Amino acid sequence: MHTKTLSELSRMLDSGETSSEELTRETLDRIKAQDSRYNSFITLAEEQAMASARQADEQRASGKASALTGVPFAHKDIFCTRDLRTTCGSRMLDNFVPPYNSTVAEKLDEAGAVCVGKTNMDEFAMGSSNETSYYGPVTNPWGDKLVPGGSSGGSAAAVAARLVAGATATDTGGSIRQPAALCGLTGLKPTYGRISRYGMIAFASSLDQAGTLTRTAEDSALMLNAMAGFDPRDSTCMDRAVPDYTEGLNNDIKGLRIGLPTEFFSDDLDPVMAQQVREAIREYERLGATVTEISLPHSHLAVPAYYVIAPAECSANLSRFDGVRYGHRCENPQDLNDLYLRSRSEGFGEEVKRRILVGTYALSAGFFDAYYLKAQKVRRLIQQDFIQAFEKVDVIMGPTSPSPAFAQGDKTDDPVNMYLEDVFTISTNLAGLPAMSIPGGMVNNLPIGLQIIGNYFDEGRLLNAAHQFQKVTDWHEKAPEGAV
Amino acid sequence: MQWETVIGLEVHVQLATQSKIFSGASTNYGAEPNTQACAIDLAMPGMLPVLNEGAVRMAVKFGLAVNADIAHRSVFDRKNYFYADLPKGYQISQMYYPIVGRGEVSINLPDNSTRPVGIHHAHMEEDAGKSLHEDFHGQTGIDLNRAGTPLLEIVSEPDMRSAEQAAAYLRKIHSIVTYLGISDGDMSQGSMRCDCNVSVRPVGQEEFGTRTEIKNVNSFRFVEKAINTEAERQIELIEDGGTVEQETRLYDADRNETRSMRTKEFANDYRYFPDPDLLPVEIDDDYINDVRGELPELPDEKQARFTRDYGLSEADAAPLVQNQAQADYFETVAKASGDPRQAANWIMGELARLMNQNDITIDQCPVSAESLATLMGRIQDGTISTKIAKQVFEALWNGEGTTDEIIENQGLKQVSDSGEIESLVDQVLSENPEMVEDYLGEEVAKKQKKKFNALVGQVMKASQGKANPAQVNDILQSKLSKN
Repeated sequence: MHTKTLSELSRMLDSGETSSEELTRETLDRIKAQDSRYNSFITLAEEQAMASARQADEQRASGKASALTGVPFAHKDIFCTRDLRTTCGSRMLDNFVPPYNSTVAEKLDEAGAVCVGKTNMDEFAMGSSNETSYYGPVTNPWGDKLVPGGSSGGSAAAVAARLVAGATATDTGGSIRQPAALCGLTGLKPTYGRISRYGMIAFASSLDQAGTLTRTAEDSALMLNAMAGFDPRDSTCMDRAVPDYTEGLNNDIKGLRIGLPTEFFSDDLDPVMAQQVREAIREYERLGATVTEISLPHSHLAVPAYYVIAPAECSANLSRFDGVRYGHRCENPQDLNDLYLRSRSEGFGEEVKRRILVGTYALSAGFFDAYYLKAQKVRRLIQQDFIQAFEKVDVIMGPTSPSPAFAQGDKTDDPVNMYLEDVFTISTNLAGLPAMSIPGGMVNNLPIGLQIIGNYFDEGRLLNAAHQFQKVTDWHEKAPEGAV
Repeated sequence: MQWETVIGLEVHVQLATQSKIFSGASTNYGAEPNTQACAIDLAMPGMLPVLNEGAVRMAVKFGLAVNADIAHRSVFDRKNYFYADLPKGYQISQMYYPIVGRGEVSINLPDNSTRPVGIHHAHMEEDAGKSLHEDFHGQTGIDLNRAGTPLLEIVSEPDMRSAEQAAAYLRKIHSIVTYLGISDGDMSQGSMRCDCNVSVRPVGQEEFGTRTEIKNVNSFRFVEKAINTEAERQIELIEDGGTVEQETRLYDADRNETRSMRTKEFANDYRYFPDPDLLPVEIDDDYINDVRGELPELPDEKQARFTRDYGLSEADAAPLVQNQAQADYFETVAKASGDPRQAANWIMGELARLMNQNDITIDQCPVSAESLATLMGRIQDGTISTKIAKQVFEALWNGEGTTDEIIENQGLKQVSDSGEIESLVDQVLSENPEMVEDYLGEEVAKKQKKKFNALVGQVMKASQGKANPAQVNDILQSKLSKN
């Protein structure tokens, strides 16, 4: 059963072919037997999962089920889950058990989905390789020494290894799409404001957005149906109707206008990667889509702007982790300053500290205008680029990441090189646009991602385009050895 | 050298919302520590602020009351610093785009003149919690009940030139916010707190001197004392050849001195930036007009009306309108008694005296406006004298019954029976022949009048204050002229 998609499992539960209890038991056993190879989970929720499964079966029996009722899934460990430890991949929160649910956890609970555990991630979602986690690196199921991407590397590895059929994830600069690309998955980062951030531990508030990692677009639609919607507890969440995202999946995409930004296909892009991505796009042309070249002239400024704005926001967002009320606290603090200094020095890892320092610097008196305000201006220019582009095209396509999965340790000593992993994904976060990464081919026997960027709240169109592609290709069905 | 003190105040007013500015927790004062702090106030991971619209409305109300520009778009910023009672490690405030822009208030000075004081701006922000350093054996206790309480910080222009003016400004702000009902203004509970920016300069010099900021001065009296003390310190310092350093100081009321807290060198860099968790506050003209429609009559308007409609002097009207309850009390007494001037005298005289003595406000006053009006009626209809009325008023205050019961039971009714008064007069005249002679022998009219009054006093005394003074006058006059 572990090779089934969420949609298939949903149908099996519906037909009575299996029960949630059976499915959940099998899922948990499989994780326990196999996850030592991937380290994709931080915490398993065995008892809670079995209880939810039994409840789901009762719901199914009484005919009150939603599509996801009884289907096992995993939460990225950034979503607060009531009575279930939530670490955010950090020593700082090693002992943290939230007394509340994030809205995402609450909504999936209400939909009857069964959370089997919390997945590994880069510490506080800061990283592109899942090597900054306090709980150790995650291994990409596609190769023993390969990174799964990050920061949602645990969710991606768990889905790629067929431990779960779907997982929640978050994307601040590419943290859903890049792992999806590196693990051969379908990743969806919706429009900023589509899904509530309440209870989702903040990295950079103006960029963070919850989303999904699944194998197929159809499964993404199922999860998005449950997760999207207005939440009065998040002021940046949009009060906008949620359509049934599964409804438009089979729409004809004949006449879909695809824009290819010249900036995404520069000479810097590995020709092999470029070729694979272009081939995937030719598939769209065969489906009746038209392709035009477009320009996003400020693309090259996205990474520098991002690495001012995101650290600036994180430097304030992470101030609450001070050892006073919850989380890691140093032994025998001598005074308040000592408590702060040692609790935070011990609780945070290197990358987190680096970004707090960068952000603090960027906001300091005398630098604020040159860094933060300038970066915000760049952000508006990038947004304008997209707005203009979407006057001519329906979706924008390109590579998700510069290369397929790389080896663990390859980029850990070179932060800037690591940051460039997100060169194609960051601009959509700055603009707040929805984007997906879908399996688009193989390079060196490793999956690569095709990125599809849509206009605001155009998730339906993205899912439709992805689903139509998946109906005529089988990249998304490729599985790493040992997973099937 | 002649020195001039220049003062600007930053007044923090706690807004009287039911719940906190960014969470649903209650703002009630005095609860057990940490029982009114929810996950948002505790800055638990993933918690987000949601703006309380009530606080916005109150801020706009204040802005309109001081004729300020209301920003159609204001923005919340994060003010970053670490302290144990600041759970998020930043305070949400409004640095760059505050909700209330430039405005002005008119302050009332003791010589009955007024003076305009500019409002630079007012912005919304959240309060921090409290650090409790006592009772924790060398450790510090944190109470987060106050964390997230909405504040309006009102920043004045440096328009005040004396501690007296600063106190008058503070009283005016207090009047306005209590009239508007946006704060209880209770300084003893910290509902209103004040930072004073003080500098001195030689009279005639245009340029400001270096200022110091005295933090958290928490009573009208201390504001005056702290400013005077600080100005004296600065003058002495400069006259001794020193220079004033820009710094934050603390006022010690017990020793009546200010002490340095931190100098500019060690000032925090707060790294303000727009809070990405909150949208800009957008306000349109309809909203502003709607709030304008809710504005009550404000102290200045009321004062004008009191002088116009009730014939009060500015000096009488100004203290009456300082708080709304007192002004309302006055109006009730004035209307029921038909004598506004006497009503004002009673309220600013006997009533104020007893309230001060018992340290209570007019809301807690045991004598209702109606009772006072009845009492005044008994003076008007000759039942009692003004002097006896004060005695009755004290009895009313002490809950000894209604006006009429007290007059009746304590036998305080004025004696107006001419026969009775005549016999009292006769008695006094026969018992004090030397006073009578003295009076008759006096040739200077003014001195004679004084001696006459002494005899009236004797008759009143003999009647235990109950004789109708006018009648006593008449009868005495006629008796003495017959002599």
